[in-house]
Amino acid sequence: MAVGLRALNKVASSGAIDRLGLRDPVVSLIHGATKQTARTAATAGRTFAAAQRLSRPARQPRAKRSDLFDLTPSDEQILLRDSVREFALAELRGVALDADASCTTPPELLGQANELGLTMIGVPEELGGAVQERSATTTVLMSEALAQGDMGIAAACLAPAAVSTAISLWGDAQQQATYLPEFVGENVPAASLAVMEPRPLFDPFALRTTARGSGGGYVLDGVKALVPRAGDAEVFVVAADLEGEGPSLFIVESKTDGISLEPEPGMGVRAAATQRLHLENVKLPATALLGGGERDVYADCVALSRLAWCALAIGTGQAVLDYVSDYVKDRRAFGEPVSNRQAVAFAVSNIAIELDGLRLTTYRAASRVDQGLPFHREVALARRLCADRLMAIGSEGVQLLGGHGYVKEHPVERWYRDLRAAGIMEGALLV
Amino acid sequence: MINLETPKKFNQLISQAHQVAAEVLRTNSRKYDTLEHEYPKELDMLAAAIDGLNEGGALGGAGAGAVGGGSSNGSAKAENGDGNRNGSNMASLLGLIEMCWGDVGLLLAMPRQGLGQAAIAAVANEEQLKRFGGKWAAMAITEPEAGSDSAAIRTTAVLDEKTGEYVLNGEKIFVTSGDRADLIVVWATLDRKQGRAAIKSFVVERDNPGLKLDRLEHKLGIRASDTANFVLTDCRVPKENLLGSPEIAPKGGFSGVMQTFDNTRPLVAGMAIGVARACLEATREHLREAGIEVDYDTPPALQSAAAAEYIAMEADWEAARLLTLQAAWMADNRKPNSLQASMAKAKAGRMGTDVALRCVALCGATGFGEGELMEKWARDAKILDLFEGTQQIQLLIIARLLLGKTSAELK
Repeated sequence: MAVGLRALNKVASSGAIDRLGLRDPVVSLIHGATKQTARTAATAGRTFAAAQRLSRPARQPRAKRSDLFDLTPSDEQILLRDSVREFALAELRGVALDADASCTTPPELLGQANELGLTMIGVPEELGGAVQERSATTTVLMSEALAQGDMGIAAACLAPAAVSTAISLWGDAQQQATYLPEFVGENVPAASLAVMEPRPLFDPFALRTTARGSGGGYVLDGVKALVPRAGDAEVFVVAADLEGEGPSLFIVESKTDGISLEPEPGMGVRAAATQRLHLENVKLPATALLGGGERDVYADCVALSRLAWCALAIGTGQAVLDYVSDYVKDRRAFGEPVSNRQAVAFAVSNIAIELDGLRLTTYRAASRVDQGLPFHREVALARRLCADRLMAIGSEGVQLLGGHGYVKEHPVERWYRDLRAAGIMEGALLV
Repeated sequence: MINLETPKKFNQLISQAHQVAAEVLRTNSRKYDTLEHEYPKELDMLAAAIDGLNEGGALGGAGAGAVGGGSSNGSAKAENGDGNRNGSNMASLLGLIEMCWGDVGLLLAMPRQGLGQAAIAAVANEEQLKRFGGKWAAMAITEPEAGSDSAAIRTTAVLDEKTGEYVLNGEKIFVTSGDRADLIVVWATLDRKQGRAAIKSFVVERDNPGLKLDRLEHKLGIRASDTANFVLTDCRVPKENLLGSPEIAPKGGFSGVMQTFDNTRPLVAGMAIGVARACLEATREHLREAGIEVDYDTPPALQSAAAAEYIAMEADWEAARLLTLQAAWMADNRKPNSLQASMAKAKAGRMGTDVALRCVALCGATGFGEGELMEKWARDAKILDLFEGTQQIQLLIIARLLLGKTSAELK
């Protein structure tokens, strides 16, 4: 089974499934699974150290290739997705307005999200992860469900998972042993994947943040933009151009000298508490280089990040569709519901069409990742739909409410801002 | 398990259809675009070959149950443990995409393939299947005053008790292959006062003296496919030629007829996907010759405008393609798919036209001139946003389903 018992166990211990009436099915699925051992809580700025030493890195095996076209998620995926969606609609939607205004996601919400095991999905089972096989699809489904509640909070909840997934995918044995145990424990550290840089026409393959070899280690200099939860992150994965090698990923602990932060709220995904990360003469040990500086690793990272943002866009796009569908049925003008007019009704049809088109394109890219097939083209297509069509859905969501869509009594103005982010963000999330 | 790759078991079907499209359809594309109304005799041999292949199952209906290949019956039984099925709807669709990559007009002109045969297969009884099976059947629904509003048709059918015949009177337009077919399935009303419930379909032999060809249309595209207009004057057919039940049931009868569209709309969407792919492939090649490569990692804004445009078109194409596969997959798995069928048709219909016209623009005189086929594809593509339900009709269906509206509320 693609999704392991640990993930379901996580879900079983959260309250969401009881409200959904899913307790029995979950319990029967996890029958026989042992409860994971509790870890001791650590404090912020913890010391990451390898407790055990692996002889070689652990990786999630590829999913078996399937030969049939199939749009049905596995039973486990359905349970995880539905539980996360229930959580998102019940817990996220209500606090989203304040989180957006204050540029913070409430800590207790982040704790609840961690209980759902988001940071465990990308981690190999032998390192305490939740899923037996590589499952970008599972992460896509859960991200989509989370963003149906709120995109900014979803990004905040998912930011640490980007780091745990990156280290799972590309970390060596030492890096995995050092960092991953913390991400599958009870006290998941805040963490963030910093790729973007603050300039127009940013190209993630032409970075201005530099890394040069020095005394057996590396020295990083540069500025990263829109880094989610940078303020409380204990560890970053930072993209920098390695002298002579090209763009590469580095593990940077927050307590390293030379790091400073500057708040950088944007027009959207504000609950993710985005900040600008300044790196000045940041000295890293040789063990900080992730994925050996290989170009393919970095290119995969960029593509998988874009895919993650597409997943969030689907969730928020669905929120728009559901919200405006209800609104146009209730709202009356000229003596009847405005949805009795084609100009309004057709706009709703078009939202549904383009949203489903992106959803399928995103799922295809994710399932190709899982099956070990080339996926950069498919991600690029999903990304393009996300940037064009989903942005338009954000705009149409406001339009359909007229002036009411422009004021904060309704969430559509926030979704308008958030959906602009989904098509332009680089890094930050990973599936 | 979520997987949106084309199943390997259809590879042979796809490659055979592709070969036919490349060697028989493309090579005759320009000829029958120019010689409108000329019978494409090259298709006779091909149709015979497809009949043979279909019997052997090799093409699995790819010769394209043309417009009517897909059906909810005849799918293979569930192919894996979880009951997932990739059957005849998907097979027909995949074959059709390849054929329309070749030529939509010629595909539509394929002998013995057509919507009429689908209608017969859907509602005929045993005896009718025996009489009409295997023949070339065209479909006559549209009238000068009733297009999308097919419930408003005025052609009447009156039973002559003495002779046991129905007498049909009216005018039918836009009958694909109407002049070439053996049979015409004519929609007519038994009683105009009773609305859609009274609409029935009647099989009329092409040589019936009461059925007179009025004219063949001259069209923007798909010129290889003839479009006939007929006048029916006291056209007598045996009452055994009424398909389905002669009773006027107050409910369900018409919606049953409309449900055939759930199977055929994804096929028309598939045609748009085939044409658009032809345009995209040719454009990609011309861009390459011009020194422009498309890069899927670099942000589009940092590539040439042509490459960025190409990615945008390809993204829309992919979305339309997957929406269409979704609709066919649902039909194969007996999931109600009215919504998805209309979404696929709406998206693919507009994508086909949009992509084709933008490809012409990117290719300039090369795309616009008759020296290549792209200008023809751009003309052909437009029909796919019109027939089997226009773009607007699809949006209407989708909106009514999504918003829970009746046709009286959302007109």
